Amino acid sequence: MKIKVVDHSGAEHELEALPGWRVMEIIRDWELPIKAECGGSCACATCHVYVDEEWLPLLPEKSGEELDQLEVLADLKPNSRLSCQVLMSEELDGLRVALAPASLP
Amino acid sequence: MTSSVQRTDAIIIGAGPCGLFAVFELGLLGLSAHVIDILDKPGGQCAELYPEKPIYDIPAWPIISGQELTDRLMEQIAPFSPALHLGEMADSLTRTPEGQWRIATDNGTVIEAPVIVIAAGGGSFVPKKPALANIESYEGESVFYSVRRIEAFRGKRVVIAGGGDSALDWTLNLQPVAERVVLIHHRDGFRAAPHSVSRMKELAAAGEIDFLVGKLNGLNGSAPHLSGVTITTARGIEELSADRFLAFFGLTMKLGPIADFGLDLAENLIPVDTEKFETSVPGIFAIGDINHYPGKLKLILSGFHEAALMSQAAFRICRPNEKLRFQYTTSSTQLQQRLKVA
Repeated sequence: MKIKVVDHSGAEHELEALPGWRVMEIIRDWELPIKAECGGSCACATCHVYVDEEWLPLLPEKSGEELDQLEVLADLKPNSRLSCQVLMSEELDGLRVALAPASLP
Repeated sequence: MTSSVQRTDAIIIGAGPCGLFAVFELGLLGLSAHVIDILDKPGGQCAELYPEKPIYDIPAWPIISGQELTDRLMEQIAPFSPALHLGEMADSLTRTPEGQWRIATDNGTVIEAPVIVIAAGGGSFVPKKPALANIESYEGESVFYSVRRIEAFRGKRVVIAGGGDSALDWTLNLQPVAERVVLIHHRDGFRAAPHSVSRMKELAAAGEIDFLVGKLNGLNGSAPHLSGVTITTARGIEELSADRFLAFFGLTMKLGPIADFGLDLAENLIPVDTEKFETSVPGIFAIGDINHYPGKLKLILSGFHEAALMSQAAFRICRPNEKLRFQYTTSSTQLQQRLKVA
């Protein structure tokens, strides 16, 4: 199972992923630059990513907490998600996301 | 000035779990402590970011919430009566001619001690700001992220943005004082206490306040004086007349003034040794999430261990002529007296 992550400089990385892991945790585990200061509590929006359009329908619905966090972001786009709120599963194998400015440590 | 200086053995910056436990470990060795935190409550990230979320890796606590852990630590350190300076930011660190460290806070508190313990986690919690053009130019006069003086809102037209407890609480608290309160949130759903939400809806239904679902577009008026807030609702773009704008969008962490304390920093972390958890400057220690050393794990339990070892080194600085005795709380009468159980 893999995910593709485009870092802040535009370079793409293919990362081995594990089912049940949060996408934020995978990115952090592979030591790409992601601030994720609240550690996955949906309380900070510093794991903000842009998700490739084709994958959006497969992602879980945004919770109210996630919507509130996203709302404050200056770089909000329609494909914005918090990567701590996306758990890896078989159907997300190949998921491609780009790190947003707010996730820079 | 000198008369208002408070003196102690150790000044701890940060009242998160590691800072609080440092009070305990220092206290067992007979050392007093003052604790400074920018939040108005103890607990740091545990209390601010995840008070309700369960933590599973605290030794002997199979499950405990961030708030409960904080409450337990406060109970554990109570015998040592630490001075807590909450809602204050450690603003500057200087060395006195007598060789003491002096910390001044943004609230004017001045404390001197031979030992500084930086337990600041991810840094100072500061308010998140909405992405509105020129918002900074209105701050302090018309735009605020907290309410320090209710009087500043008396008779004013106030627009409040946000969907958490702060937004709801201040909508309710300012309603009797302000000329008009308008609450705006991007959705009709709240993270606030249900009774606050019901009360707000009652007031809105009675016409005492306005509640709008919409997005913020911009601030108007000749800065720093606000005249209105432009928003987009289902009805389209509209301008709300306003003298004051309060935004409650949660907090984020910034390293803050610690960056100017003259310590070596590596990617916003403070390198320390693993014997004493001392920084590049003798007498200044760093424990918990803010420090770094080979093998560092950002876990609360690591911070507790670091607090214990730091305290040994702090004792040698604070009591250079006394022998440091290693004792157990189970058997030592002296420790039990300090814990006020013997």
